Amino acid sequence: MLTKQEIKNVAALARLGLQEENIERYQKDLSGILDYFKQMEELDTENIQPIGHIAGTSNVFREDQKKELDEKERNAILKNAPEIKNDLIKVRSVL
Amino acid sequence: MIKELHNKLVNKKITAVELAESYFARIKEKDGEIGAYLTLTEDLALEQARKVDEKIFRGEKIGIMEGIPIAIKDNLCIMGVRTTAGSKILDNYIAPYDATVIKKLKEAGAVILGKTNMDEFAMGSSTETSIYQKTRNPLDLERVPGGSSGGSAASIASEEAVCALGTDTGGSIRQPASFCGVVGLKPTYGRVSRYGAIAMASSLDQIGPFGMTVEDTAIVLSVISGQDKMDATCAQSPTKDYTNYLTGDIKGIKIGIVKEYFEGLNGNIKKIVDDTIEKYKKLGAEIKEISLPHSQYSLAIYYMIMPCEVSSNLARFDGIKYGLRINDKQSDSNESGDFPQTLLETYLDSRKYGFGDEVKRRIMLGTYALSAGYYDAYYKKAQKVRALIKQDFEKVFEEIDFIFSPTAPEMAFKFGEKTDDPMKMYLSDIYTITANLVGIPAISFPIGMISEKGDSSKKLPIGGQLMGKWFDEEGLLNAAYTFEINK
Repeated sequence: MLTKQEIKNVAALARLGLQEENIERYQKDLSGILDYFKQMEELDTENIQPIGHIAGTSNVFREDQKKELDEKERNAILKNAPEIKNDLIKVRSVL
Repeated sequence: MIKELHNKLVNKKITAVELAESYFARIKEKDGEIGAYLTLTEDLALEQARKVDEKIFRGEKIGIMEGIPIAIKDNLCIMGVRTTAGSKILDNYIAPYDATVIKKLKEAGAVILGKTNMDEFAMGSSTETSIYQKTRNPLDLERVPGGSSGGSAASIASEEAVCALGTDTGGSIRQPASFCGVVGLKPTYGRVSRYGAIAMASSLDQIGPFGMTVEDTAIVLSVISGQDKMDATCAQSPTKDYTNYLTGDIKGIKIGIVKEYFEGLNGNIKKIVDDTIEKYKKLGAEIKEISLPHSQYSLAIYYMIMPCEVSSNLARFDGIKYGLRINDKQSDSNESGDFPQTLLETYLDSRKYGFGDEVKRRIMLGTYALSAGYYDAYYKKAQKVRALIKQDFEKVFEEIDFIFSPTAPEMAFKFGEKTDDPMKMYLSDIYTITANLVGIPAISFPIGMISEKGDSSKKLPIGGQLMGKWFDEEGLLNAAYTFEINK
């Protein structure tokens, strides 16, 4: 079973604020799925190539294109931002 | 059904505006009870319908999808329309662009009715994890419509749309199609562009159509498929008219049956499945027992690969550029009363209050499995086992053309029946997830009705699933179509 501290560490990595009362449930749920995955240990996969694109496509390239957005298009994007100042997205201080 | 409506439009028995209005009237009458739609796009629909009517009025030829009302799952972006993915974190999100499938539908003249309810970020098999509303199964209001594309399936079963789009990561089109008694197709991975679909698990996700009939799904697939430079995983396959392949003749096709799939299957469902197999024999198909030795691992590796990709994809929801941001006192959802002061706290709180339980559970698992030191043991191991499963399929497809099974091991279940136990909910995906792991196309279509023990008054549909070879949608659709017209 994963420890309480492990759950807290994972939540921090995932940038997920954790409710103290849910820690135990995560311990149980995550451990259950990880245990279920343990059956994979019986399979020898030493020389198997892991799957990339499942239908076999690889290395699809295209030229990057620059597109000027008009004001309407720019506003459609900015309108979704939680806070804007002078056409810039405002965030809390990093430090 | 689409062809019938198309003929009515062409022969001026009905106008496209009248057709659209009749669907909105039906939605207003029915949807309070069903809950299929989250947002209606009446202005967009009527504008599109008017264009079609003008064309008909001018004597111009119209395409098969022109004027046809369609519902769209709420994880596909429509420019200027609210797109929530069933989540609180996207409650206020107005998509600034069209998904490629939407662009194609608009160009084909389809009339978009609105956005349909779904499990939050498509994570669920019952549409119960949507934070907005319940969607009820139109055939029995006490039961779930399946999920995650439950709203799209229900919109068709309740005749609130002619056809619909959904997404399928582990069965999210096929299982609700089965529960609601309609047809649902998951195309080959790469057949349809995913640009503008809110990503869940990128190596598994595919967009696909729902319809009342196999032919309807073939028509919609013909419109939405094809290469797209905006999605590098989209295959370089030419666009086809899939209806050209619906011949109704399947003499000589070979259908494989996996014996292990039927162990422990409910007797009534088993009987319907056996009857369907008999029917296929009569229609000229050869039935062969096959073995997929690694398929027993499908569920375990699916529930590893999927959460890993979920944790990566959902990292973008951080309360910065769009979506919910918790950072001030105006927010009533912050119960603790501690308001974030730093950027880090904005991340933590926005995600804490923006995501629901199932989504968080998967992010947590995926983050754990991808964290330093664990990647090889979990994600990489799972992708290797996935290669073994794919090899099994490559081998059997040398001998057979399709694999038949039920779509789900059960009929539509009741609300709340599985919400407490994630493993129980996950098991309802047992027949559908392999097609996503292997990338092949699969279709669910109605094969019979069963009633609950002791109550013969209410009958509910059972779906059959055919899986086909990579990029053989034409053969797959014809095999389902041939059963459908000979039912």
